[in-house]
This record gives sequence, C-alpha cells and structure tokens, in this order.
Amino acid sequence: MTAGNQHRPDGEERDDGEPTGRTVTFDRHGVRAGFLTTLPIAVGVGGYGIAFGVLAARAGLSAAEAALMSATVVAGASQIVAVELWAEPIPIATILLATFAINLRYSLMGAALQPWFSQLSAKQAYGSLFLMADENWALTMRDLRSGSGRGAFLLGSGIAVWTFWVGSTVLGTIAGGVIGDPAVYGIDFILAAVFVALAAELWKGRSSLVPWTVALVTALLAAELLPGQWYILAGGAVAGAVEVIRYDE
Amino acid sequence: MSEALSLDPLVVGVVLAMAVVTFVTKVGGLWLLSRFEVSDRLESGISVLPGAIVIAILGPELAEGGPAEWAAAGLTLLVMWRTGNILLALIAGVVGVVAFRALA
Repeated sequence: MTAGNQHRPDGEERDDGEPTGRTVTFDRHGVRAGFLTTLPIAVGVGGYGIAFGVLAARAGLSAAEAALMSATVVAGASQIVAVELWAEPIPIATILLATFAINLRYSLMGAALQPWFSQLSAKQAYGSLFLMADENWALTMRDLRSGSGRGAFLLGSGIAVWTFWVGSTVLGTIAGGVIGDPAVYGIDFILAAVFVALAAELWKGRSSLVPWTVALVTALLAAELLPGQWYILAGGAVAGAVEVIRYDE
Repeated sequence: MSEALSLDPLVVGVVLAMAVVTFVTKVGGLWLLSRFEVSDRLESGISVLPGAIVIAILGPELAEGGPAEWAAAGLTLLVMWRTGNILLALIAGVVGVVAFRALA
C-alpha cells in the first residue's frame, strides 16, 4: 500500500502457473482466501495508516476528509506525498501530477494480472483493481502463479488492506489532533521520519543507487532554482528519464 | 483545527480527483495491454519513480536541517532496517530528534 516493494512484473518469463485452458473462478471462496492470507500484513499497513492520519491532521484535513482519501485513493505513498504538499491555497495541479507519477507503477502491476484477469468480467476485474495496493498485489500474484485459479483473491486481499488502512487513518487523525504544538516534542520531524521509512522499503539494492543519486542531486539543485515545490517532480522525472536512457548498459 | 466530521467541498473535490487519477493508473495497464506493448525500457523508468520522488522530497528537507536531524534520520533508518516496524522507527526518529536537539 504504502510504498511497498516494487516487485517488477516478469514480462516474458510469465511461465509458471499461467492458466493454460484452466478456468479462473470468481467466488466467495477466493475472496475468503485472499482476506485471511492478507490479514497479518494488513495489520502492518496500519502502521503507515496511523502515520498518514497524523500528517493529514497536521496538514489541516479533518478526520472525515483523511478517511475519504484513504477510502477512495487507496495508495499510501501518494497520499503521504499529497498531505506533504498540502498548503493554502491547495496546489491542485502539483498534487495530481505527483499522484499520477507515484502510482504509474500500478499500471505495470495490473498488466501482470492480465493472463488471469482477461478471463473475468470487466466489472470483476476493474472492481478488484480499485483495491490493488503493493502488498495485496504481491500476495495475489503468488497465489495465482501457484495455479489456484482464484480470480477473487485480489478482491478479498484488498478488502483486508482497505479495512485496516481506513481504520488506522482515523486513529492517526485523532492522535494528530491531540498532539497540539508540533515543534516541542519533535513532531515536526515525523514527516522526515516517514519518508526515511518509505525509502528503506523502496530500496531495491544496487539498482536503486543511480536513480536515487540522480533524484537527490536534481532535487537539491531544483530546490535552489525553481519556485514552489517543483523540485519534487523534477527529481522524479529526471531519475525516470535517466533510467530509460541507460537501460541498455 | 477543523472539526472531525467537516468536509470542505474543495478538499473533497481534490481528494476525488486524486482517486480518479489513481484508479486510471490501476486499471490502465490491464486495459492498455490488450492494445499496446509496454517496452521493458519504459517499464524500468516507471518502476524507479516512487523511490526517486521520496528521495526528491527527503533530500532538500534534510539539507535544511542540521546534525540533530541527520542523526535522527540515521537512527530512523537503522531501526526500520533492523525491525521492519514503521511505528518503532517513527518513535525512534521523534525521540531521537528531541534528544539530539537537546545535546546540540
């Protein structure tokens, strides 16, 4: 949900467990299996939910507004970035662009489900994808590749994550409201700490080194040269472009 | 501080727009795949975006801080790596920054 592990869809090597003539089901047994398998991980998602709620409250969002965001967006890292960008007046274009850029990886993850989801109805497939987050996608891929044929696994798995994500968001906003003056107790540092934790989860080993260095240098330069918070999108865009260019190396 | 249940129409509008943008990214891959091929090259560029954006936010923010913030960030990272527990890591970071600021 949050940042999660960016498991890369396998492209051509999608050989194991691919449904060869086998029917993909969509029933309550699949929903149940997905829900129960994901529950322990959904509890961990709650940790980020509480952090998000605290930050949302500090950004001036009400508990209802933060809960609405968690319930309808269902994408943790982009939500945390959005409340970081939140200001008066709301920088709508920047927030929507950042949301799009951060969540673009979901297109790749959704595409990896195609061999199974192409056998579901549009309503079943797109309805399940609404609840797709990093954690439940990874568990669903594992289940489908094992040959279970449980097309409803993502839905059940997503329901487990969604429930804890929304619930912990509300708890976080209440905690954030109680805290009061931020600077005294080091609360002003929570946001930086959340991003450090996100970075630790997003680190994919040596392959992250070049894009992250590029993003860091670009952002530091852009923060000096450009107005507002364009340095955030600049850092992401240049890192992505450099990765595309050096792909052959 | 706004009331817990208040819903500002503009905020609701921005939140719903975020929801639409996110839903488009979630269903876009499945929808596009039956029509176009996403190259591995483009895929590798897209997959670095979340980490790069997190770093782009964190870098300038830490650059504005001082030794106390840098030490606390290091402590947060260490606890996150060792325990994998986000709440413990955040608590360590916040307690750490208070302690390091007192020392400074």
